[in-house]
Amino acid sequence: MTRVTPQELVEKCLAASTADDQITFVVESSEANLRWAGNSLTTNGSMRSRRVVVISFVDGGAGMAAGTVTRTGTPDVAELVAASEQAARDAGPAEDAVPLISETPPGGGDWEAPAAETSIEVFARFAPDLGQAFGEARDRDELLYGFAEHGMATTFLGSSTGLRLRHDQPSGRVELNGKSPDFSRSVWAGVGTRDFSDVSVAGLAADVERKMGWSKRRVELPAGRYETLLPPSAVSDLMIYLYWTMEARDADEGRNVFARPGGGNRLGERLATLPLTLRGDPHAPGLETAPFQVVGASSGSASVFDNGMPSPAISWITDGTLTNLVRPRAWALRTTAPATAALDNLILEDPTATASLEEMLAATDRGLLLTTLWYIREVDPQTLLLTGLTRDGVFLVEGGEVTGAVNNFRFNESPVDLLGRTVQAGRTERTLPREWNDWFTRCAMPPLRVPDFNMSSVSPAS
Amino acid sequence: MSARAVDESFLALPLSALTDAALTRAVDLGCEHADIRVERIRTQTISLRDARPEASIDGEDLGLAVRVVHEGTWGFAAGVVLTAAEAVRLAEEAVAVAKVSAAINTDRVELAPEPVYPDAVFVSAYDVDPFDVPDTEKSGLLTDLSEQFLAADGVEHVQTRCMHVKEQKYYADTAGTRTRQQRIRISPEFTALTVDRATGSFESMRTLAPPVGRGWEYMTGTGWDWRAELAEIPELLREKTKAPSVEAGRHDLVVDPSNLWLTIHESIGHATELDRALGYEAAYAGTSFATVDKLGSLQYGSPAMNVTGDRTALHGLSTVGWDDEGVAGQQWDIVADGVLVGYQIDRNMARLRGLGRSNGCAFADSPGHVPVQRMANVSLRPDPAGPSTDDLVAGVEHGIYVVGDKSWSIDMQRYNFQFTGQRFYRIEGGRLAGQLRDVAYQATTTDFWGSMAVVGGPGTYVLGGAMNCGKAQPGQVAPVSHGCPVALFEGVNILNTVQEAGR
Repeated sequence: MTRVTPQELVEKCLAASTADDQITFVVESSEANLRWAGNSLTTNGSMRSRRVVVISFVDGGAGMAAGTVTRTGTPDVAELVAASEQAARDAGPAEDAVPLISETPPGGGDWEAPAAETSIEVFARFAPDLGQAFGEARDRDELLYGFAEHGMATTFLGSSTGLRLRHDQPSGRVELNGKSPDFSRSVWAGVGTRDFSDVSVAGLAADVERKMGWSKRRVELPAGRYETLLPPSAVSDLMIYLYWTMEARDADEGRNVFARPGGGNRLGERLATLPLTLRGDPHAPGLETAPFQVVGASSGSASVFDNGMPSPAISWITDGTLTNLVRPRAWALRTTAPATAALDNLILEDPTATASLEEMLAATDRGLLLTTLWYIREVDPQTLLLTGLTRDGVFLVEGGEVTGAVNNFRFNESPVDLLGRTVQAGRTERTLPREWNDWFTRCAMPPLRVPDFNMSSVSPAS
Repeated sequence: MSARAVDESFLALPLSALTDAALTRAVDLGCEHADIRVERIRTQTISLRDARPEASIDGEDLGLAVRVVHEGTWGFAAGVVLTAAEAVRLAEEAVAVAKVSAAINTDRVELAPEPVYPDAVFVSAYDVDPFDVPDTEKSGLLTDLSEQFLAADGVEHVQTRCMHVKEQKYYADTAGTRTRQQRIRISPEFTALTVDRATGSFESMRTLAPPVGRGWEYMTGTGWDWRAELAEIPELLREKTKAPSVEAGRHDLVVDPSNLWLTIHESIGHATELDRALGYEAAYAGTSFATVDKLGSLQYGSPAMNVTGDRTALHGLSTVGWDDEGVAGQQWDIVADGVLVGYQIDRNMARLRGLGRSNGCAFADSPGHVPVQRMANVSLRPDPAGPSTDDLVAGVEHGIYVVGDKSWSIDMQRYNFQFTGQRFYRIEGGRLAGQLRDVAYQATTTDFWGSMAVVGGPGTYVLGGAMNCGKAQPGQVAPVSHGCPVALFEGVNILNTVQEAGR
């Protein structure tokens, strides 16, 4: 069966427009996944989808208004465009109205080429390797749990101002969780990937096996403040939350942690004692992401009027100092500050850092080594106090060596405060966030040493 | 309400042709079981910032999925093209997925038996389909309410969001069941924010109105009085900003249903999902302390604790006619007189554990996702002779009364949790004595439910809930309701969140 191509669909929607302006994007996606528990498959799937998003812009006299309608499959173009124009007419003037982008941003991609695709075959090597890991785990009387997913999403974005942009976004992740049969020991290893060619099941399984070994000696410790080594995954989950809070408008209006008492925001303020830089870069090796904005619905941190706006490399925190907040063009105009766009990757690094996590561990007299953080929620937006749990491996380090596995804890900590209290950062490496990897997989983070991490209470969970 | 029916435009899709194509191909390829779902999910979200349009998004997700059991292994494939040829391709792809997966499958999949429902129809309880109401009317009412809210003294910002969903689902399987269902739900919320620029402090308060399985009538006077609640909040917020910081320590806690529903969700709802207890969610959502060896013996809470699972509650977000495996909606006991007596299950787990019939908890959040065991409406039963909230508070000498949910977090085995709320009141001598700030309560599940000394009466019962319960990989989002009365918990650990932040 011949189907209308995504490019043709974009052109048809644009041609059907009677609005002042229109942006249409089509996301052609495919995805394959495997999930397992107790050394056996539980669910799996292979999915294909097409999402068509039409945003119409109509000026009814009082100002430009926007309306978004999305449909899956191959919808009726006339109905879809009419519905989005009606939505725009009904919405009333938008506060974030600015002229649409008409200049093609760098990295606009090959418009003509067909959409990229993945399938279950991406696991052709991975699945047998996993089967072998199951067998080895069974031999050690251990159980493996986890999930592997690969997705490919190709976005074709066209505008009545002449933009024709395309981006291919591969995303992949693997999580491997090892447990003893009574579930009392539980450890984790995970990795993000673009294509699975760099995923070593044996490597992940070896990491799990090593941590299962560390867990044989169990140590009970009470709540309290501990010197703590946060590995890259745990750091990423805290930094992602901080990043999601970096909205300039909220800060300017006095309603997030980046607001300054007395008015204004905290830009220019030193947040970290170490020369830490938190940045995004669409071309970061292995973490590549769209170099332009694709926005279906406006919020304080993104605007449908900014579709096609370049999103170049940017430093949110530079040498420990807050240097940028996320600021759509409309808010930038109102506050005479530069427009900035959020990116779908995040990198934290200390350019002076040389130590690996192993070396940091070896230099620890007594402290805790974490594996991942879980169920992170905001307790107090004023300080960005977050709560959550340690998960799948809290290890006691004594005299530079792991001497046992400790019970889990509930923590209460603010990532902003943590930046100020961090005394050492290690080498930055690619990592997979545990808590947020449904939404965010492209991260590179260092391990951090915090002298007084607040473990608020003991969790009996394992 | 008697006129409610599944929309003709959904029934007009080529459901029979897709079914014949997919199921015939699956059987030809040797599948023991096959089912097909066709779903159309319409979602509209209107958001306003300071009573002005922020975003209006109207989405529709239409697609189909084929799930098979092939030589004892699951296979699943989903697409968005509603043609017989695509249905055949999906059946073939589902079998191919089962074959790739067979190498790592050791547990043979079998399904617990369920009667066949050849022509089943269910439509949820609502008066007005929100998608029949013009957008101007919807955004007009939301703007009007928001402007009134914003005009109140001390309210500097208002955030408004209203999401409504129409979910249409067709299911057919090789046993002969055919179900057609339509459900509508709505989730409106308004948040007021006040900022003290001099000190840089800010505080917010959100409406307590829960999301419900109702239509647009929920915004216009049925089931909630919006104008009354919006009129009250500014003064309550002003009081909150001036309230003293709580003294950390053990306190008796009176928990309003507007807060308790979420504690039930996290510490009972998720803990009694059999897939979690069996470890299927071990790497992600987590497991449960309520393991199968404790069924019938675990003392979950005080003898006053009685919890039901059900998929039949009027206006419940998890209420269905049939689940996504063709199992009829049911009601059953989960905790009786404080003891664990039941789980939430699906057909494969029911068979695997020899539990007889599934109680109908399979759900997929979209045509692109595989059904997994999801939460029923899990509710705490009121005490038929229990007190009103005033009478309950009157019996507390020193304590804290918590209203509304806010922050929540619980560990992966559902032991240790921490919750905040919209408002906390000091109780002195059986009376409310003003609000408190910076409060969180932290407890272990069985300790907390074991400390439940008084359960409120039927007059205090409210059906709360959430639209966005997350589970499974790939991630799925499910709507679910939880009904409960007010209740008293003795000696609960209260934290001061400012002290927790090290300030």
